[in-house]
Amino acid sequence: MKLKGTEILLKMLEEEKVDIIFGYPGGAVLDIYDQLYKSDLKHILVRHEQGAVHAADGYARATGKVGVCLVTSGPGATNAVTGIATANMDSIPLVVFTGQVPTGLIGNDAFQECDITGITRPCTKHNFLVRNIEELASTIKEAFHIARSGRPGPVLVDLPKNVMAAQTDYDPANVKFRNHEVVYKPAPKKMANLFEMLKTAKKPLIMTGGGVILGKAADELTHLARKYEIPVTGTLMGLGSFPGSDPLWLGMLGMHGTYYANMAISHCDFLLAIGVRFDDRVTGTIETFAANAKIVHIDIDPSSINKNVTVDLPIVGDTKATLKDLLRFLEEHHYMQDLASRKTWLGEIAEWREKVPLTYCQNGEIIKPQYVIETLHKLTKGNALITTEVGQNQMWTAQFFQFDRPNSFISSGGLGTMGFGLPAAIGVKCAFPDKHVVDIAGDGSIQMNIQELATAAQYNIAVKVVLLNNGYLGMVRQWQEMFYEKRYSFTDMTYAPDFVKLAEAFGVVGFRATKPAEVEAVLKQGLSINKPVLMDFRVSREECVYPMVHPGESISQMTLGSREMIN
Amino acid sequence: MEKKDHIISILVHNKPDVLARIAGTLGGKGYNIDSLCVNTTTQNDISKIVMTTSGSQATITRIVNELQKLVDVISADDLTNVESIHREMVLVRLNLTADNQESVKKAIDTNKWKVIVSGDAYVIIEITGDKTQIDFSKARLEPLGITDITRTGLIALKLED
Repeated sequence: MKLKGTEILLKMLEEEKVDIIFGYPGGAVLDIYDQLYKSDLKHILVRHEQGAVHAADGYARATGKVGVCLVTSGPGATNAVTGIATANMDSIPLVVFTGQVPTGLIGNDAFQECDITGITRPCTKHNFLVRNIEELASTIKEAFHIARSGRPGPVLVDLPKNVMAAQTDYDPANVKFRNHEVVYKPAPKKMANLFEMLKTAKKPLIMTGGGVILGKAADELTHLARKYEIPVTGTLMGLGSFPGSDPLWLGMLGMHGTYYANMAISHCDFLLAIGVRFDDRVTGTIETFAANAKIVHIDIDPSSINKNVTVDLPIVGDTKATLKDLLRFLEEHHYMQDLASRKTWLGEIAEWREKVPLTYCQNGEIIKPQYVIETLHKLTKGNALITTEVGQNQMWTAQFFQFDRPNSFISSGGLGTMGFGLPAAIGVKCAFPDKHVVDIAGDGSIQMNIQELATAAQYNIAVKVVLLNNGYLGMVRQWQEMFYEKRYSFTDMTYAPDFVKLAEAFGVVGFRATKPAEVEAVLKQGLSINKPVLMDFRVSREECVYPMVHPGESISQMTLGSREMIN
Repeated sequence: MEKKDHIISILVHNKPDVLARIAGTLGGKGYNIDSLCVNTTTQNDISKIVMTTSGSQATITRIVNELQKLVDVISADDLTNVESIHREMVLVRLNLTADNQESVKKAIDTNKWKVIVSGDAYVIIEITGDKTQIDFSKARLEPLGITDITRTGLIALKLED
């Protein structure tokens, strides 16, 4: 059967069970859009290409499936780059289709031409320029395979206009592609080594990361920790991989980690790190990180191991398969934790928790941002999918919204992309129309992709924006307060639109709360409406995120709310 | 940690941008490529890249791991501690003058250098060998007045699999 390139693209999307794409048309993709016009595939028209990628990314993070977007050549493609780099840093499976000028014009500086495969080489897992129609189907198949296999990541497929207009024979049964599947099963010897280390440990600790969520290993992890009473801390990307309401959960570690998580890391004698990459925001100074511990590191990516932290036992493996192996091994060898030493260790942690709990003080007539987040948690009973922007809003969410389930905290961890939360929430809501989907935002970040309110309004994608509005680029201001003697260089954002009016102008419902007493009512109202809503919470302007480990310090050295350093 | 020269042998799918991917992966992470050789193998669609770089063992392990992550890389091996032979080639042009003519001739005879082109005004010499041999020859050529020189990257082959 002879088919056009555009028809093959849509057939392949169907083959890959893609149910939604996010995109923005343009000259080089006119033919593809004409094909979409005749197709049943759901397409969401965003207002900026960065929004398309973040929406596909949010969809992927919430569902565990591959997110797909489509943009045009040149500026369409370059606008997508921030989204692609965001997904790449957090290992999110995406396939990004970009239009390209006809192959005969490539290299000629044609209108809206850019070398997008060259530009995105360092920020994709892989990319392709499809040079002729014969390789189109196999390339698309390979792109999806690469995006979801091993350590996932974004794959870009550049589609020249003439290739998409050309015709070729297409038979779905005949699409061949290179298989990159590697079996990530750890050697049995590793389990024995791990067992020996765990047996002698008196203060074991688990550190969970994004790899546990991506590897769908949250159940195994939870079982392991609960069965053998091992306390768990997590990275930002690991939130939700272990129930936040479980007494064994210590909260996030690192720069804005809890006091007790950072103390536990610094005092543990055995650290089982799973699906993490030891980011500098997590470790503080490397020399003092988990200095007393034997470290076991499980990760699917060999290049993550011994990259930042030198470990005692590296295990390259899929997190789910490895944890299953480990559970089986421990069971077969009748591992039993030493109850007395475990009790002492958990007692020590409980003392730290009691000494410096994660807290804030909501008093007076000014809304504290943490209070908004806690109230949101209470009203949704934690049963919401939360996206964030980047900065203080993100850290407070990580600290104060208890995530009990994987894939429910959706945030740009590695790249730290402001403007991520709103388009990501749109993608999440498209996947889960019946769930509360809330973007916890700051007034700086929200303005970076505020145009996506139009997308939400057009399709009635009922996302909720909880805007923690302090009139500052809050996290940068916090650093200026602490390290630059309060010289607030260009972080004052007092000049801002009236967000309620702005929301209304977009066709989105807008509410405002200026007093603590109004917070609950506004949230309740916002959550109850089946429309996109923006809630503008005027919060305490100079609230800081605590605890805080100063850059270049050991993570046991934290500044707490009242400023004293605690060892 | 001790920095050492390392030889990395990489088998890749012969795609238009595979070299850019490898160079970008190293450059983007701050590693330098000291020398590089690329050509096809017995299969036209598979190329072998041999490159030299320097760093501690941990750095080299990272480089190899990063390379192995690339989709078009089939394998990447550090040959430094593997029994292997190494060769480089240089082509040198020496301009002949009344002053150096005799000494050039003598040096060519003594060192058994291979002359590829010999004219009235210049000679072009080809030398192959491992790094030590090449450096040794280069040192002898320099006083004769090298007009132009080109040197390949190092190639290496394992003695056994």
